[in-house]
Amino acid sequence: MAIISKGFSGRRTAGDEKLPPGQYITPDFPVLSAGPTPHVPLDQWEFTIDDGASVLRRWDWKSFLDLPTETFTVDIHCVTRWSKFGTAWEGVSLDTLFADVKTDASYALVHSYGGYTTNLPLEDLLNKQAWIAFKYENEDLAPEHGGPARLLVPHLYLWKSAKWVHGITLMNQDKPGFWERLGYHNYGDPWREQRYWGD
Amino acid sequence: MSSHNYDYLDGNAAAGELAKIFAVDVTAAQGQCAHCGATKRFAESHLYMQCPGVVARCAVCEQVLLRFVSIRQRAFLDLSGMTYLSLDISQSEEQSFPQKVE
Amino acid sequence: MWHVGKVIALHGETATARTITLDVADWPGHVAGQHVDVRLTAPDGYSAVRSYSIASGPNSEGRVELTVERLSNGEVSPYLTQELAVGERLELRGPIGGWFVWRTHQTEPIQLIAGGSGIVPLMAMIRARASAGSAAPFRLLYSVREPAAVFYRDELQALTDNDEGVSLTYAYTRAAPKDWPQPPGRIDAALIANATLPSNLVPTCYVCGTTSCVESAAGLLIGSGHNPDKIRTERFGPTGDRK
Repeated sequence: MAIISKGFSGRRTAGDEKLPPGQYITPDFPVLSAGPTPHVPLDQWEFTIDDGASVLRRWDWKSFLDLPTETFTVDIHCVTRWSKFGTAWEGVSLDTLFADVKTDASYALVHSYGGYTTNLPLEDLLNKQAWIAFKYENEDLAPEHGGPARLLVPHLYLWKSAKWVHGITLMNQDKPGFWERLGYHNYGDPWREQRYWGD
Repeated sequence: MSSHNYDYLDGNAAAGELAKIFAVDVTAAQGQCAHCGATKRFAESHLYMQCPGVVARCAVCEQVLLRFVSIRQRAFLDLSGMTYLSLDISQSEEQSFPQKVE
Repeated sequence: MWHVGKVIALHGETATARTITLDVADWPGHVAGQHVDVRLTAPDGYSAVRSYSIASGPNSEGRVELTVERLSNGEVSPYLTQELAVGERLELRGPIGGWFVWRTHQTEPIQLIAGGSGIVPLMAMIRARASAGSAAPFRLLYSVREPAAVFYRDELQALTDNDEGVSLTYAYTRAAPKDWPQPPGRIDAALIANATLPSNLVPTCYVCGTTSCVESAAGLLIGSGHNPDKIRTERFGPTGDRK
């Protein structure tokens, strides 16, 4: 049985309507990373959609910024239990990026500069549920938070919102990503508290 | 990729977590990176713990050496980034009995 | 591995750091350089774990001392440096570590380099040397922001005054004492050349501090001829800006 530390409450704040189970609200924006922050010069950056055999769509930074963007405010939930409400972003909707992509694939493997991967059903990336975000709180997205651009899929735990996003590979069969291979839930719905395998 | 990144700790910082599954000290263990072949003490690996698990990366090439996740009653260990990990077991309980002398 | 320690004394080291003396039941003993993981638990079950180096040398009384620096936006250090009171208890996991350690049977010359709170495990080594009556030559290069940030000043002074086998050089990175011969600055190759044991003595080197400090100092040691195999390092997190 744990010793209770008298007077210790951690960093959390009260006021927790709309919190998924097991989460607490944080005023900070913790930086969690599995590796060094990649530094991608904008003149080399690209975002691709491929099907494993060929590249279907490709944007460089300039053509990416020429796309219509949206500003949006969402709550984000990390599997390490912190949630942050009302985060404001600007990004390109995945619906825009997939507008001319014809595919039968049901699954997506998102991959990042630096090697990180995460998987999710393609339908969770579409229908106004996901963006490639490049601004946070009206400023260019900082490298430690995934800049120049990251995926944002707020309806799933934040490990699915791959930082330093590089591209998406479409797949007919699901393939687990970096954390999904090592105990983390394949889907990751915070409202059903799907943190780990078997949840 | 990034030459001035100092966001990491080192293998010493993960030793407490890894003690959940390693019976002997892991910081002094020698390991070989499966990617670049560098052989170093686990204590010298670049350690990222500010994420949903422990990720140890090669100090030379930054590829992942080891990953460890501890979730409720289970631990997951991925050593696929190492060709080998060599540990001193002289202090483990297995060794506390004298060897049989023929 | 988890033990419970009772706080028996608290001692301010600087304006922002204090030493916590714990009496730990069933403590198996420790080796200088090892650390513990401290776990704090809030009444609702929320818990946080942080690593702290053991400052005390090995002893048989179950005494474990930790010197903790308060980080401005830390989650655990404000509690340990300001809230925790004598008589209260802490959960510790450990002792942990078998590489960044100095054992009393080591006789070779030892070079210690501390950046800020990196002094803590090195102080355990210095204390272990003293209580074991070891004659191993120890040199310490202790880098701090300013004089007021030094931990254990009086004890270090007494040791270096009374024991020829221990020598100490301070380096100040932001503000130096009046009449200090060097302007404030980070450890550089000249300081390594002038204030540390030369590589031909083949010392074992222990370097501890923030990651950037350790990388820099270890690199300078290698540059001055030390074999990387003779350099042991322990990296602490950045001071103050863990977001």
